[in-house]
Parts: sequence; structure tokens; C-alpha cells
Amino acid sequence: MTADAVQLASLGKGEIVLRNIYKSYGPEKFATDVICDCSFTAEANRFTVMIGPSGVGKSTLIRLIAGFEKPTRGTILIDGRPVTGSGRDRLVVFQESALFPWMTTEQNVYYGPLARGETKSSVHGLAEFLLNKVGLQGFRKNYPAQLSGGMQRRAELARALINNPDVMILDEPFRGLDAMTKKLMLDYYARLCEDAPRTNLFVTTDIDEAIFLADRLLVMGHVPTQVRAVIDVDLPRPRNYAAIFRDERANAIKIEALSLLHEEAMKAFAGGSKAAADFITAYRRRVAG
Amino acid sequence: MMSLPGTLAMPSANPERQWHRFSPRVLLDPSARRAVIAVAAVCIFWQLGATSRGWLGFSLPVIGAIPAPDAVAAAWVKLIHDPGYWQSWEQSFLRVALGFAAATSVGVPFGLALATNSTFRGFAFPVFELLRPIPPLAWVPAAIIFWPTQELSIDFVIFLGGFYTMVLNVLGGAETIDARLIQAARSMGASRWNIFRRLILPGVLPSIGVGMEVAIGITWEVVVAAEMISGGGSGSATSSSGGLGFFIWNSYVGGSYPNIIVGMISIGIAGYLSSAVVRRCVARLTPWLRRPR
Repeated sequence: MTADAVQLASLGKGEIVLRNIYKSYGPEKFATDVICDCSFTAEANRFTVMIGPSGVGKSTLIRLIAGFEKPTRGTILIDGRPVTGSGRDRLVVFQESALFPWMTTEQNVYYGPLARGETKSSVHGLAEFLLNKVGLQGFRKNYPAQLSGGMQRRAELARALINNPDVMILDEPFRGLDAMTKKLMLDYYARLCEDAPRTNLFVTTDIDEAIFLADRLLVMGHVPTQVRAVIDVDLPRPRNYAAIFRDERANAIKIEALSLLHEEAMKAFAGGSKAAADFITAYRRRVAG
Repeated sequence: MMSLPGTLAMPSANPERQWHRFSPRVLLDPSARRAVIAVAAVCIFWQLGATSRGWLGFSLPVIGAIPAPDAVAAAWVKLIHDPGYWQSWEQSFLRVALGFAAATSVGVPFGLALATNSTFRGFAFPVFELLRPIPPLAWVPAAIIFWPTQELSIDFVIFLGGFYTMVLNVLGGAETIDARLIQAARSMGASRWNIFRRLILPGVLPSIGVGMEVAIGITWEVVVAAEMISGGGSGSATSSSGGLGFFIWNSYVGGSYPNIIVGMISIGIAGYLSSAVVRRCVARLTPWLRRPR
């Protein structure tokens, strides 16, 4: 590990604990529960992936952990300290690019430290290291609109990493990228994390992506959101995205997770529709019989 | 390095499209050529229509009643040596500049305050919305009464013309700023002031630009009408001191019809020039919006 990479690692910090989290929206009387009694722990320095069908409230959980919103009930602890608002210890990389459109790649990367009053020269080394690391040294003067989708994602990773957060929260960061770029980004991000370990909470709907990245999978259940199952992904690292499903263990995990997810997806799909719910009941009976 | 075909957009230097740098090559540019052709076609059509009595035997409706381009050109040539004509330009330009500057410098902070402070918005927005439908020209009589000089009342009316547009654009622009940008900045530990200066302000700049482009057009509309209504401004209402609006009105009263057209075209040119200046300033302020061509 180089000196800059050491600077980037955030060892043994960033444990996330959720205790009996409830979140409902709307005025008290008509409130709809989105999250109901959700508890889990994301261990420090490990890669936790939260997977579930779309619409189960994963993004809501992320906003709570990030501190953008407050839970209706329950506590969220980061390294034992309760979350009261957004903080530098945990940074979110969103679904779509949230780069500042009026800043160049370089200005985006420098934004966090400069906004906190650090000098440009004090973070220069780290900024250069990161720009090189994400392969954007040649695009430092470009505005986000002049970058490709994959480049934007990498610029955003660099912008988050320069703040050296204890926790990286990634909410479907590679969604919307084409399959090729996505695969490259995954390999790339996995390598980045192996070089400089830190606590990661990664949200996705893609099982291959989840198993490739995860130390531990949280399979999220249907609304109101709860953790349906925790699966340890005990595959050796470094992993190779192209080769990972040649491994039997990986496939066993995939099948286990998929069967859970299938059930949840059916429930999410049927959410609110009597006809769809009836269909699922009938389908289950046929499968059972 | 991944650079997938079609996804990587880099600015490319294409000299043919750099229309703002004037050179004789501009005439090779298709859009400039089309502009010249269009203006020439309008002039020919106008000349034919205006002289229709001579070659058709009867005057075409509307167009047959206006002075022909050659008469207008002759009147213009005479006016070029008349300092009074240039003073009209100067006067109108000064009024527009003053009113526009006031509308921008009051409208932008007012719009930002409305967008960022909900208490202020609660108080100020209803009043703003109540006053907004009143056309600037409806203010002319009242403005003449409550401003000490007629000049100030004209400036005030011009200011109103640009002000509402500026405020609405700033307000609309601030509302389109992505909340995730603010969240991202906040979680990186940025102060409120830093978020305002580095995110809100540049975030509304494009809308300020749009507001300015619209406002400069409106101020030209308003200045001309205000000059006509008020009789040219501070007491000394001669054709040389009233601005282009009064120049047109005075030409009408004095019966020099070609001069009316000269005045109208002058306003067209003046408006075009000031819009072009504003557009260039805006483009310079928002470099991230420059699309690679």
C-alpha cells in the first residue's frame, strides 16, 4: 500500500447499527409505514450489500442512515454514536450522478476539503492520487456533462473518497450504466476497496453485483421494510467478476438469495392489488401441489 | 481508461461554428448566409409592396401605405448627420441600461430571498403576485405623480418591466436545483454560506441568464412606449432629447413618415445588439452549459 492509499483506508471504523427503526410518511392519522421494526448491523470495515426488489424502502433506509431524514422511531448508531443529521463520517453516492454541474472534475473532487476550510495544497497529494486512481487525470478540466456515464460515476467516487469517510454508502451507484461499463466499474470498485478497506453499505437490485461485492448480504423484505435474511458471502478475495459464478459456493449463495428475493418480488409486485395477490396464492398452491 | 463510443463527449474545436468571432469567413457560414438572404428578401418584398401603386396601378392593402425602403434609406442617410438622431439612441440606451441594471440588481437578490427563506416568501410573494399582473405601462401616470422627475418615472417603469421576469426566473431556477447536490455538500461538511455561494448561486445562474435575455427585450418594449406616453421626458421635449420612442412619435406628429420607419428599425437594431451583448455575458458566466458542438 502506498502512503496515499494508507491515508485512504479507514480501518476499524464505521460500524452501523440499526435498532428497531420505524419510518412512516404522512400525517399521524393516515401515516403509511414504509419501514417497520427494522434492525441490522453492518460491521466495520466490511462490505455489506443490501439487496431487495425495487420499492421495498432501501433508499428510505439509506436516507435515514445518511441523516437526511429522521426515523419515526428507533435508533441508528455509527460506532456507538446516534445519528442526528448528515455528517462527514458517512457519505452517500447516489443512483444518478450528483456531481456539481458547474464545477470541473477537479473542482468537484476538491469541493469537500475546501468547503471545510482545508487548503488546496494540504489535500493536493490525495486529490492527485484519487484522480489517477479513477483514471480521470486527463479529464480534470472537464465539466460533468462532458464526461461519459462511467467517468461520472468514478468522479463521484473520488469526490466522496477524498473526504475519507468511515462509511461509504452507495445507493445503486452503477444503475443505468451499460453492461460493459458496469462490469468494469464493479471490478474497479472491488479493487479500490481491497486496496483501501473501509465500511461499505451498498444497495442494489442485482444479485450478481451483490454477491461479487459483498462480505455479507442483507436480503430486504417487502414493505414495510425488514431484513428477511442475512447471508455471509464467504468467497475468497480478490474476486473476478467474469469468473465468480464458476464457483459452486457462489452459485449456492445465488440460488438461496434468489429464492428469497423471488418471494419478496412477488409480494412487492402484488402490493395493493387483490387480483395479483390472488394470483400469487393460486400460483403457490400449484407449486406446492 | 474506458471510453465507450458514443458516450464520451469531448469539446471539439470546429472553427466553422465559432460565429461570435467575426471575420469575412462568416459569410461562408450557412446560418449567416441564411440571415442575409432573409433580410434581403424582406426588403425586396417591402419595396415591391410599398411601390405597388406604380407597377400594379393600385395600392396593396397595408404594405402599400408604408414608405418604401428607398425613401427610408434616404431619410436615414440624412439622419446619420443629425446629432439629434444619435442623441435619441443614446437616451434610450441609457434608460434601458439603467432600468435593466436596476431590475437585475434588485430582482436577483429578491428572487434568491424568496427561494431560500420561506418566511420572507410567505410575506412577500402574495404582494409580488398581486402587483405582477399590472402592466408596466399602467404605472406610467402614477409613476409621473410620485417620482420627482419625469426621467425617474420612465426609469422606474422600465425597471418594473424587467423586474418581474428576473424574479420569476430566479425563483424557478432555484427550485430546479437538485436536492441531492445540497445533501451531498452538507454531508461533506459544507457551511450554509458555502452551499449558497458554490451551489445555489451557480445553480440559478442559467435561470438568471434566461431572465436577463427576456428582460432586455421587455425593457426595450417598455422604454419606447414610456417615451411616447410621457412625451419624451424631462420638460425639454424636443425630437433630439426624447429617446427613440419619442423620435417615432414626433416623426408621426410632424408627418415625416420615412422617419417613423427609421426609428422602428433603429429600435430593432438596438434591441438586437443589447440582446447579443447580454447573451454573450451569460454564456461567459455559465461555461459548463457550453455544449460541445
